[in-house]
Amino acid sequence: MASIKPSSLLNLASRTLNRRQFSFTTPAAAKQMTVRDALNSALDEEMTRDDRVFIIGEEVAQYDGAYKVTRGLWKKYGDKRVIDTPITEMGFSGIAVGAAMAGLRPVCEYMTFNFAMQAIDQIINSAGKTFYMSAGKINCPIVFRGPNGAAAGVAAQHSQCYGAWYAHCPGLKVISPYNAEDCKGLLKAAIRDPDPVVFLENEILYGVQYPMSDQALAEDFVLPIGKAKVERPGKHITIVAHSRAVETSLLAANELSSKGIEAEVINLRSLRPLDFNTITASVAKTHHLISVEQGWPTAGIGAEILARIMETEAFFQLDQPAIRLTGVDTPMPYTKSLESAALPVPKDVVEAAKKLLKIK
Amino acid sequence: MKKLVYNINKALGLISNAKNNYATEAAFETKPFRLHNLEQGPGTNVTLTRDDALKFYNQMHTIRRMETSAGNLYKEKIIRGFCHLYSGQEAVAVGIKAALRPHDAVITAYRAHGWSHIMGVPPLGVLAELTGRQSGCARGKGGSMHMYTNNFYGGNGIVGAQVPLGVGLALAAKYKGTDGVAVALYGDGAANQGQVFEVYNMAKLWDLPCIFVCENNGYGMGTSAERAAANTAYYTRGDVIPGIWVDGMDVLAVREAARFAVEHCATGKGPVVMEAATYRYSGHSMSDPGTSYRTRDEIQEVRQTRDPITSFKEKIITANLVTAEELKTIDTEIRSVVDEATKKAKADKEIAMEELTADISSLPLEQYIRNISPFDPLPHKRIGEAVNFK
Repeated sequence: MASIKPSSLLNLASRTLNRRQFSFTTPAAAKQMTVRDALNSALDEEMTRDDRVFIIGEEVAQYDGAYKVTRGLWKKYGDKRVIDTPITEMGFSGIAVGAAMAGLRPVCEYMTFNFAMQAIDQIINSAGKTFYMSAGKINCPIVFRGPNGAAAGVAAQHSQCYGAWYAHCPGLKVISPYNAEDCKGLLKAAIRDPDPVVFLENEILYGVQYPMSDQALAEDFVLPIGKAKVERPGKHITIVAHSRAVETSLLAANELSSKGIEAEVINLRSLRPLDFNTITASVAKTHHLISVEQGWPTAGIGAEILARIMETEAFFQLDQPAIRLTGVDTPMPYTKSLESAALPVPKDVVEAAKKLLKIK
Repeated sequence: MKKLVYNINKALGLISNAKNNYATEAAFETKPFRLHNLEQGPGTNVTLTRDDALKFYNQMHTIRRMETSAGNLYKEKIIRGFCHLYSGQEAVAVGIKAALRPHDAVITAYRAHGWSHIMGVPPLGVLAELTGRQSGCARGKGGSMHMYTNNFYGGNGIVGAQVPLGVGLALAAKYKGTDGVAVALYGDGAANQGQVFEVYNMAKLWDLPCIFVCENNGYGMGTSAERAAANTAYYTRGDVIPGIWVDGMDVLAVREAARFAVEHCATGKGPVVMEAATYRYSGHSMSDPGTSYRTRDEIQEVRQTRDPITSFKEKIITANLVTAEELKTIDTEIRSVVDEATKKAKADKEIAMEELTADISSLPLEQYIRNISPFDPLPHKRIGEAVNFK
């Protein structure tokens, strides 16, 4: 048997991430959890903790969830608390928002956020703005959750990233978690939050296992919304990303490390509020910044980060202009090779970092 | 018909010929209701106590005066933006509210001033909200289309969006195990919205205690009902949901229909659709003169023959429940209340500049909100009570 090289491990990792529902087990299997299971346990725990929490959406109950995120919950909690809806996003979103206005704690699932466009008026105009319009009387404690962004082979209408759209709107809180720990802690926080939260998951990551600390496995594990995490400390360049792009950035950081470049990878975790302080502190150390995202470039998350850098003292910390790596500015093709070329991969991040650092 | 009513009243010993000897209760006959998917509907023989007669008259007249004042304020350019008046439709709000219990919820669209008042906002709270001042029920931050109070969820600006929200209120009532109902109001224009049909379906599927009320005033802005709907029998548009058509200009008929609907929903029989045939004297909003798509004769005709307040007044005086002098006193009182509120609404101050960035979130995660330029962020303030915070 050939010895395991770092590059083949890297290969295995990237192949793993492109396969749905493949669990990458390690010897410490007891302390690993898939993103799916992390979400499921967050929902389960919060439904036990607070009677007002209920789930509403398509296939969430008897089908166990289109992506099995709500598996077992209907069996445990019944019809009242896990509600299957007809395929009527605008209608059931409005119902969920109304229920939240009346004091319940709904978790409204979209099979993907592409379908939430049908309901976007209820998300933004009803849920997002009512607290302000009522001069602080009626708050809306609702969570809108589901897979966001590109999956694999699902083509243009099923692959859009809505992070920038929702992050644009005051009145909403927007979370874009990465790994299992993020998902558990942040979904619990979202459900407990008294304001509307848009929780953008990633379908590709549902089946991926990540290590979970004892703290993360505990029942009251809640992470703060609006705080980023330094996933990997470094000193030569800052790479900031959210959701699946964090994985891309970490893989790139490993590759860069073998070339003597230590990249600091920041996992945003939340898009609104966006933890700019963590980015600033990092840039003060590394003086180089790349933002990585899967969404389109125009008016995207990276555009927001770079604009803020321009406007603050952080600008003077840069030795090179900051850049963004984004999805290609095109609708998503079905053709496999074209699809692969439409989203940033570790190699893109490595090349960009080397360019900024003027390393061959 | 009149003779029948007279005989009933006589049999009940309620008619007195002595002056100043009021009847304490009277019976009336309403126009027949039209039913859809219902074996039995509300009865057309209704009774009215003297106290209720005075109350309904007071409520309807207050709304009328308040809306007239709003119209004037708008013409003086003291009210800005949109202003959709309820004049002519008073009987619908007053009649439905009379049938509701304190724990029932209501949500409507933007023609909301009358409803806001009937659900508890005093004339000052409405008028000052319209003039955008601090004594407005939303401190002036919401304006005409965004007034709220207990169990009243606005005041919503997007046509039709309030209907799914209303079904959500009904779901919450059922979920919490109360026998509360939710009233979701919409106009003949909104009645064609897709989301309304989506929630008709879910409300019926899940037996939710929602009373859908179509306030059919004949026009969706400048488009008559006939030009917008292939089926203008809005009370049938709920398909398998039972429906009732009611004369929305008769407050007693509306109350009777609403009582029927509340009983139906509160006893777990699922949703009901009520269509109240009503009329608005003003245009769609203050920007619409309201005469390009209908004749002045039509408006006059309704005013003279079907005005909800005038016809009610006649009824209760004839039935000897009240005297004309009594009503005159009430008129004077209401005029003074509304005039006082109008004066105050004009003179009152706006909220302080710091409230620009107040109450964006009930649990703000950032201390500062971005200002116009990056240089001087504004602190987020929390002022309102956030009823769903805990």
